[in-house]
Amino acid sequence: MSHSVSENFLKDLDYSVVQQCMHCGMCLPTCPTYDATKRESASPRGRIALMRAVADGKLEATKAFGDEMYFCLGCLACETACPAGVDYANLFEMARAETERVGALANPKRNLIRKFLLRWLFFSRARLRLVGRLLWIYQKLGLQTFVRKSGLMRLAPKQLRELEPLSPTVCNHFTPLGYHSEFRNPQSAIRNRRVGVLAGCVADLTFSDVNMDTIFVLEQNGCEVFVPAGQECCGSLHGHNGEWEMAKALARKNLDAFDVHVLDAIIINAAGCGSHMRHYDRLLEDDPAYLERAKLWSEKVRDISEYLVEIGFRKPAGKMNSKTRLTYHEACHLVHGQKSRSSRGHCSQRFRDMRWWNCPRQRGVVAAREFTTSPNPRWRRNCRRGKSSTSPPPGPSWWRRPTPAASSRS
Amino acid sequence: MNANILTELSRLLGADRVLTQREDLLTYAFDGTPILNEIPGCVVFPDSTEQISTILKLANEQRVPVVTRGSGTGLSGGSLPVPGCIVLCTVKMDRILNVDPANLTALVEPGVITMKLDEAAQPHGLFYPPDPGSMKISTLGGNVANNSGGLRGLKYGVTRDYVMALDVVLANGDILKTGTACVKDVAGYYLKDIFIGSEGTLGVITKILLKLVPKPKARKTMLATYSTMQAAAETVSAIIAQKIIPCTLEFLDRTTIRCVEDYAKIGLPLDVEALLLMETDGHPVVVEEEAAAMSRIAKENGAVAVTVARDNEEATRLASARRSAFSALARVAPTTILEDATVPRSHLAEMIGFIQKTAEKYKVKIGTFGHMGDGNLHPTFLTDERNTDEIHRVEQAFTEIFEKAVALGGTITGEHGVGLAKKKFLPLVTGPVGLGIHKQLKQMFDPNGILNPGKMF
Ligand SMILES: Cc1cc2nc3c(=O)[nH]c(=O)nc-3n(C[C@H](O)[C@H](O)[C@H](O)COP(=O)(O)OP(=O)(O)OC[C@H]3O[C@@H](n4cnc5c(N)ncnc54)[C@H](O)[C@@H]3O)c2cc1C
Ligand code: SF4
Ligand code: SF4
Repeated sequence: MSHSVSENFLKDLDYSVVQQCMHCGMCLPTCPTYDATKRESASPRGRIALMRAVADGKLEATKAFGDEMYFCLGCLACETACPAGVDYANLFEMARAETERVGALANPKRNLIRKFLLRWLFFSRARLRLVGRLLWIYQKLGLQTFVRKSGLMRLAPKQLRELEPLSPTVCNHFTPLGYHSEFRNPQSAIRNRRVGVLAGCVADLTFSDVNMDTIFVLEQNGCEVFVPAGQECCGSLHGHNGEWEMAKALARKNLDAFDVHVLDAIIINAAGCGSHMRHYDRLLEDDPAYLERAKLWSEKVRDISEYLVEIGFRKPAGKMNSKTRLTYHEACHLVHGQKSRSSRGHCSQRFRDMRWWNCPRQRGVVAAREFTTSPNPRWRRNCRRGKSSTSPPPGPSWWRRPTPAASSRS
Repeated sequence: MNANILTELSRLLGADRVLTQREDLLTYAFDGTPILNEIPGCVVFPDSTEQISTILKLANEQRVPVVTRGSGTGLSGGSLPVPGCIVLCTVKMDRILNVDPANLTALVEPGVITMKLDEAAQPHGLFYPPDPGSMKISTLGGNVANNSGGLRGLKYGVTRDYVMALDVVLANGDILKTGTACVKDVAGYYLKDIFIGSEGTLGVITKILLKLVPKPKARKTMLATYSTMQAAAETVSAIIAQKIIPCTLEFLDRTTIRCVEDYAKIGLPLDVEALLLMETDGHPVVVEEEAAAMSRIAKENGAVAVTVARDNEEATRLASARRSAFSALARVAPTTILEDATVPRSHLAEMIGFIQKTAEKYKVKIGTFGHMGDGNLHPTFLTDERNTDEIHRVEQAFTEIFEKAVALGGTITGEHGVGLAKKKFLPLVTGPVGLGIHKQLKQMFDPNGILNPGKMF
């Protein structure tokens, strides 16, 4: 997918991808935005029809088009539901890229925010860590508590006010980049495996403890772990937000950092990232210098929970408090994006002697989070309307965690 | 579209229930039917019978066409817009008003999703039998308007068998209430029956009283595989000839099996020519007996193997895999045109053979599946709408298939309706007298021709 600036992303897409949808509607009941609005344009079938209209030259990528593409949560529930095998993930990324290409949603405020987030902050680990440190200081010095208690927040704009309570707590340490485990478990019967761990971007700041756990668990299961320095954000944020070139640049950096020839697997504990990383081959299909490595990479990417099941993990030997209840939350992007379904059943089998709680239907968890935390007013408005089926399951704030926690702790 | 009408509609429904933006209209330009596409004038989402009555009154006065739409999964272009029309979409009228276990009925609005009603009936030990392949998303209004069938049609019948009463808004805005909750009712003509299968051409259905049925205590699901399609068809005829009425006898051919397995990954055998999904339900003892007999008959008629679903879960997985058949076929070709020819069950084997020969004659690819127990086949042409030459051959092929079906005493459509796609062929079935009556009825109910004009005939 080599796009020079003047081409139309949807027109350039192989027409069979656009044409694959036979508008049967079987995906509609799985789509959170259709559920909330009951409008075709907010459904997978409707969105694909709009994309096809753009591909056919019947419609420009207008503001309304762009709004619809950004109203889509990218949860990919529709892709799993679709019997016809529509490649929605691909379509959706191209539709957003087209929206950005023509600047359908451009306005000074949005441009500035995007520039700051995508081009500046998430494009460089160094900057991200700097901001993380500042946020950590804000939280550690008790400033956050002060701001919350003093009611200072009331002075902030409404959107910030709504988002502030959801700001995640920054961990004390970052993930140790450059880490390489001495193989610690020579007695283990399991063959020594070499795996690389991607630390992620947000996860590196706010879930580095989960990253540490990931490394620990892998080592306990006989893996030699590499956390290469020089790795960056996986680029999913850029890919999902129509910044195709930046997504490619980040993918290249990661391919440079990880030696895909030597590693048995590239481990990720955030399902959304994994979903994107599996498509590095497609992302770089027009880049001969990287394609061969990108293909290997895509083959070797594994979600931590999937990989542990694959290698036959060792059940922890320690005793668990008899009151502790376990559950397994299947992340949307793990199930729909990465098509990995085996871990849930496997875990409930392996831990059946413990207090196991079957997490109710999982659809709409991403949706619930997006609906309630998004700065997009339409999401919040629709959330109130579509409350019944998209509200998060009960439980103490567990749904506020991004997917890393859920998948790696299962 | 006339601005006054739009203002009037917005005043009546609220602006957010009237869509006029091009980006919205484009997404209502089609239903589940391939190729057909037409942009409407506007889309409205009424919330009550009264609102619908006002809309129709207005449309009738201004002579604006109205196309009623449920979830738009129809396969004959029934809810396809006509130029400049109002699309009246019922999906926001989706309340189940009551489930009445004492009378074994449910009162619903037309936008209720078929499966939701079945789910609401389950806690009462009841179920709603009509289960079209699209039941996860089709609306009950659409089911009634198309008189939809399903996988259990063989034993339980089709939607018509469950409709007890209807509220219908007529073209001039009058509200007709027809039918009662009584099991017996012979007061006057059975008007409700005229609206069942009327495809939105006679009135808009706004409330439906449906019959529910006690849930059978047991069920058993089996898969029989065959090395020829004829053998599967003969099995079906033989089972029925031996006076067994299973609830399901569904058929998939080789192409369809591959596509379904590719999607559902449930371990269907890929090296067979045909597969029968058979299910019997009812009293546990009877179920055992019937299952044994069906298995025996299948083997006597050439089944290579007969396997029994281990548990309910596996049975449900098999049935939902079958439901995905049509969409799954789209995996192998950009355009899938599915037909709905139906024949008396004794002619199934002959019809299947004819379909195969016709496909060869016109050099077109076909995947066939269907409700074999009902004699209802879905030969599906796997083609590409951009290949005009091939599309032409496809048209010739299905014309011959329809003619053959009618010659065998069958019909051009068993369940998908006539709509736009089969309009040309309706006279084959109705004959001139029947067609005349159709036209007179339409004229009487809708003298200005505003309701779904140009559909059916
Ligand atoms: C994958 C797939 C599988 C299918 N399987 C089956 C099957 O097994 N059996 C079967 O019979 N059909 C099947 N269908 C066809 C289709 O789903 C049915 O015809 C269904 O009943 C249509 O419901 P809908 O809500 O989508 O109606 P729509 O497609 O929106 O409308 C269908 C027709 O009904 C009219 N209509 C809708 N609501 C009303 C109302 N309230 N008042 C008056 N007229 C109204 C419309 O004008 C139109 O003519 C399948 C379709 C798909 C895509
Ligand atoms: S995306 Fe798939 S399921 Fe949805 S309408 Fe298109 S073909 Fe059907
Ligand atoms: S990705 Fe999710 S929100 Fe977007 S169309 Fe698909 S199901 Fe709907």
